[in-house]
Amino acid sequence: MSTPREPLWEVFVRSRRGLNHVHVGSLHAPDAAMALRNARDVYTRRQEGVSLWVVPATAITASSPEERDAFFDPAADKIYRHPTFYDVPEGVEHL
Amino acid sequence: MYGNDFTAPDGLRPAPDAGGDEPASFLAVLADGGRIEPRDEMPEAYRRSLVRQIAQHAHSEIIGMQPEGNWIARAPSLRRKGILMAKVQDEAGHGLYLYAAAETLGVDRADLLDQLHDGRQKYSSIFNYPTLTWADMGAIGWLVDGAAIVNQVPLCRCSFGPYARAMVRVCKEESFHQRQGFEILHTLSHGTPAQRAMAQDAVDRYWWPSLMMFGPSDTGPDAATGHTAQSMAWGIKRFSNDELRQRFIDMTVPQAEALGLTLPDPELRWNDERGHYDHGPIDFTELFDVIKGNGPCNQERMAHRVGAHEDGAWVREAAEAYAAKRAPEAVA
Repeated sequence: MSTPREPLWEVFVRSRRGLNHVHVGSLHAPDAAMALRNARDVYTRRQEGVSLWVVPATAITASSPEERDAFFDPAADKIYRHPTFYDVPEGVEHL
Repeated sequence: MYGNDFTAPDGLRPAPDAGGDEPASFLAVLADGGRIEPRDEMPEAYRRSLVRQIAQHAHSEIIGMQPEGNWIARAPSLRRKGILMAKVQDEAGHGLYLYAAAETLGVDRADLLDQLHDGRQKYSSIFNYPTLTWADMGAIGWLVDGAAIVNQVPLCRCSFGPYARAMVRVCKEESFHQRQGFEILHTLSHGTPAQRAMAQDAVDRYWWPSLMMFGPSDTGPDAATGHTAQSMAWGIKRFSNDELRQRFIDMTVPQAEALGLTLPDPELRWNDERGHYDHGPIDFTELFDVIKGNGPCNQERMAHRVGAHEDGAWVREAAEAYAAKRAPEAVA
């Protein structure tokens, strides 16, 4: 007894207007329309969302955890990108 | 509804062997109290252990729909019926969160279901008890879901990210389950003498199996048995079975008093010195016997599950055929 391999979809929910869509999990469905309906039933039973995205899991390209350090390293030594890097003379406001 | 990792003592499964293949990055994340994510390096034994536990947890959620589904058509009011349907739907949802979490470890839900259906994987023994009366819906919500919550709250801090995140969602939803069960029993215990007797009977039958849900004793002389030590070292489990069981008992005794029902253990009494309730010995031979397939409903549950799966095959095939037919249009 075997079960057909339905494609995997990643689900993103916008919890209310003004917020971005956030990844909440995944599910299987034969097509995008079914994936949306299943996502509604699985991830928004308690009004958790006002908008849903479903994305084929195979369409996502992810950075590799093994290369994490090298990949994100270029940002590590540029602390001058943060406002706290700069000295502000005492008494200067609104800067 | 439930997650733990134990089996009968003569089960085929040996204790997991970390075997010294734990990558430094894995140990560093654990030491830091961080979360392991699916694509991180992890020991094979950790991965296997999690797949088994999460799959068993997922199976328990979907098998757990059966004892309660039994009463949907016979719920005593429209209000109770709506609540029970919502609860059973939640159990299906919990199963799906958990299958999705297991799949991040590189397994396929369809394979996990096949393993449930042919008996290679198990589900919680609690669902092999029958639901004989409406009061059982109350006892299951109050005691079984109550025990599940005590077990699942620490899993929200489990070291594997997807499992922990699924548990956060499950725990949020589970508290309604426990309250509706308590409410059912409270209504019955303040009703007619026959309703009160029905409530007491349900509690009498579900109390000991609920305590067994936490698994065999794993402290004191039993500390070396089972998988508790390794699971705790890996940050999968945060407390021993015995600690969680004690926590559940301490929470539940005052609630039973509020219901005006008694718990069927003559040795249950407050121990001022320990700051906990003492309880009578638990007959774990019953637990192991049920796990091995000899509970009152094992065969019925599996037959129903496999039947539902087979009866639904044409729907899955039709949906797949429809998607395949539509796919060229979508590309064009």
